[in-house]
Amino acid sequence: MRLQAAIAAGKLSSLASRVLGRGGGTALPGLVAERLAPDIVARLAGQLGQGSALVSGTNGKTTTALMLSAMVTAAGLRPLHNRSGSNLMRGLAATFVAEAGVGGRLPGAEKRLGVLELDEAALPAAAKATNPRVIALLNLFRDQLDRYGEVDIIADRWREMIKGLPATTTLVLNADDPSVAGLGEGATGPVIYFGVDVPALGGEREHAADIRWCPRCGGEFEYSTVYYGHIGIWRCPTCGNSRPRPQVVVNGAEQEGFAGTSLVIDTPGGVVTAKTRLAGVYNIHNAAAAVAAGVALGLPIEALAAGLAGTGAAFGRQERFELEGKRVTILLGKNPAGFNQLLRTLAAIPGTKHLALFLNDGIADGRDVSWIWDVDFERLKGQVASTVVSGRRAADLALRLRYGGVSEEMTIEEDLEAALDRALANTAQGEDLYILPTYTAMLRVRELVARRAKMPSYWEAER
Amino acid sequence: MSETRELRVGHLYGSLLNLYGDRGNILTLKYRCEQRGIGFVVEDIGLGKTFEPSGYDLLFVGGGPDREQQRVADDLVDLKAVPLREAADSGQVILAVCGGYQLLGHYYREAGGEELPGAGVLDLHTEHPGDQARRCIGNIIARWDEGMIVGFENHGGRTRLGPTAQPLATVEVGYGNNGEDDLEGARQGNVFGTYIHGSLLPKNPAFADYLIGLALSRRYGEEPLAPLDDSLELRARAVAEGIARREHRRKSA
Repeated sequence: MRLQAAIAAGKLSSLASRVLGRGGGTALPGLVAERLAPDIVARLAGQLGQGSALVSGTNGKTTTALMLSAMVTAAGLRPLHNRSGSNLMRGLAATFVAEAGVGGRLPGAEKRLGVLELDEAALPAAAKATNPRVIALLNLFRDQLDRYGEVDIIADRWREMIKGLPATTTLVLNADDPSVAGLGEGATGPVIYFGVDVPALGGEREHAADIRWCPRCGGEFEYSTVYYGHIGIWRCPTCGNSRPRPQVVVNGAEQEGFAGTSLVIDTPGGVVTAKTRLAGVYNIHNAAAAVAAGVALGLPIEALAAGLAGTGAAFGRQERFELEGKRVTILLGKNPAGFNQLLRTLAAIPGTKHLALFLNDGIADGRDVSWIWDVDFERLKGQVASTVVSGRRAADLALRLRYGGVSEEMTIEEDLEAALDRALANTAQGEDLYILPTYTAMLRVRELVARRAKMPSYWEAER
Repeated sequence: MSETRELRVGHLYGSLLNLYGDRGNILTLKYRCEQRGIGFVVEDIGLGKTFEPSGYDLLFVGGGPDREQQRVADDLVDLKAVPLREAADSGQVILAVCGGYQLLGHYYREAGGEELPGAGVLDLHTEHPGDQARRCIGNIIARWDEGMIVGFENHGGRTRLGPTAQPLATVEVGYGNNGEDDLEGARQGNVFGTYIHGSLLPKNPAFADYLIGLALSRRYGEEPLAPLDDSLELRARAVAEGIARREHRRKSA
C-alpha cells in the first residue's frame, strides 16, 4: 500500500515538475517517493528478473553504463537505466518510480536488467538496496575535494562495502588503477579484472597524477606504461605486488580522433572486435569495463560488440552538433584527470582550434575551483586559434590560461549565451568549435546548442 | 639592475603535496617575475633529499592528502627540519599552504589520535578533532597588513598559535586557523603559513609581490618591483569575494 502511494506521489511530482518547466524532474520524484517508502529502491529492484549491475568511479560511469545498457539491449533484454546521470539514491528511486506501474509492479520485469550508474559516495547504500549481480568499479581520482574531503575516504567506504557483499555479487575491477585493483583482495565473490595491454597508448606523467602507494609494504609503485593519471601497468619494486592479470584485456586500439576508436578485446569467451564512436584512452578503459561487466552478466560476445559499436556520446560528453555550418563538439570536463584526457585528445588533432571554456562553481561542479591549476592546459600551447572563457568563474580560468601561456588574446564573458555567440562568431563555416564546460555549465550550454541545432532536447528525446 | 635579478624557488615535496592547485602559486611567482624581466628557476626538493638553504630565495610547501602527509612527516623531520630552521633563522622567505602549513608547526595530531611531528619552524600545533567533526570547507576572506586575501579553504585540522607566531591575517568570512579565534595563518619572521588555497597567489597579487620583494631584497637589496597590469587578477578576486560574501549572508540569514 505504502509502495503504491509512494509511486503515485513520485509520478505526480514528476508530472508537476515537467509542467512547470523544471526539466525532467530527475531527483524530485525520487525524493518524494523515498520519503513515503524508504525501501522503494529495494522493493522495485527485487522485481528485476535479470538482476542488476552497478557502475561507479570518478570518471566514465555515464559512458560505461551507456555501453553496458546497449549490450543488454543487443542481448534481447531490456535495460532499466538511470541514463540522465541522476546517480544518487533519490535518482535511482526516481528511475524506478518512472518505470513502475501505479500498482507497484515493474511491467515485463522478467526480461529487465538494471544498469545503474552510482555516485561514488552513494554506491554502498545502492549496493545494499539492489543486491546486484555485478558491481563495476572504474577508477578513483581527485574530484570534488570540497565535497568528499579526500580521495582515500571513498576507497575506505568501498572497502567496507565489499566486505559486506554476498558471494553472488561479481566485482569488475580496473586492473590498471592500483587503488581499484587492490579492492579485489577483500572480495567475497568472484572478481573479473579488466585492463589495457597497448603500451603505444602510454603518455607522459601528468601534473595531477596522484602517487599511489603499495598498501602491502608502503613502497612507491613503478609503471612500465602510464595511460593517464595513475592508470597504467604498475608494480611495486619493493614487495613485488603488481597489476593483476586482467581476464578482459584490450590488445589492440586504433584511435581516429573524435571519430572513434577500433578495439580488439580478449575475453574468456572469445574476442570482441568493434569500432566505438568515442575518442580518448579513458574511453578505451570504459569500453573494457563495459565488456567485463557484460561478461560477468553472461551476455553473448556478439551483444558485447554490438553494444560498443552502437554507443554514441553520452549527454554532453564528446557530443557533436552541426550549427550554422560549423561543427560543435561538447566535451564535459569535471576534474583534472578527465580534463587532461580531453586536452590530450584535442592536442592530437592537427591544426589550430577554436575553444570555449566554461567554469562554474556550483555544488555539482565543485565549489573550489583550484583544480584548474592542476590541469595541463599547457598541452594546447601554439594550437589555439581563438579562446572564449565563460561561466561564474570565467576570470579564474582566464588567469589560468594566461599564466600557462596558452592564450594571449581571449574573450572573458561571464554570461553563457553571450559567450557561446562570441565563440560561434570566432568559428568560420566548416571549422570546428570545441566547448569545454564543467557540469552545470554543460547542462545549460548543451541546451542552447541543441536548441539552435534544431535537435530535440534530451528529455524529449529520451521519453 | 633588475635585469640580472633572479628568484630561485625550492618547492618542497612538489610531486606529493600538490593537492589544491598549489601549482598555481608557483606559476604566479614565475609569471610575475618574468613579466618584470626577473629570472625564475624552481627546483623540486623531494623525499630522500636534503638541501642547502642558501641555494634558494624562497621555499614553498603545499598541501596534500593525509596519507601523503604521513609519508612526508618522517622525511621532513629527518632530512628537512634542520635546513628549514636554518633558513627561517636567517630570515629566508618560506611559504607554506594547508598541509604544508600544518607540518611546519610542532606537531599534527590526526583524527585517530596519532601524532605526526612537525618541523617546528612555526610556533603552532594542529589537532584534528576526530572523524565526526566538520571539515572547514568554503570560500574565505581574510585581512592582512596590506589588504585582503581571498581564496578557498578545506581542512580538517584546527591550528592554534603559540606566543612566538603572529597571525598572518584576521578572518572576515570563513573559518581560518580553527573557526574560533578569527585568526588565519601565521607569520614568524619571514616564514608564512596559511590555509588559503584556490590557488592563493593568483588572485592575491599584492601578497605575491610582497613575498617576491621580500625574497629578492635579501640578495639584491631593496628595489621596488615594477607595477603590473593586475586587472584580470583583481577581477577574479572580486568575483571570488562576492561569492564568499553572498554565501556568508545566506548562512547567517
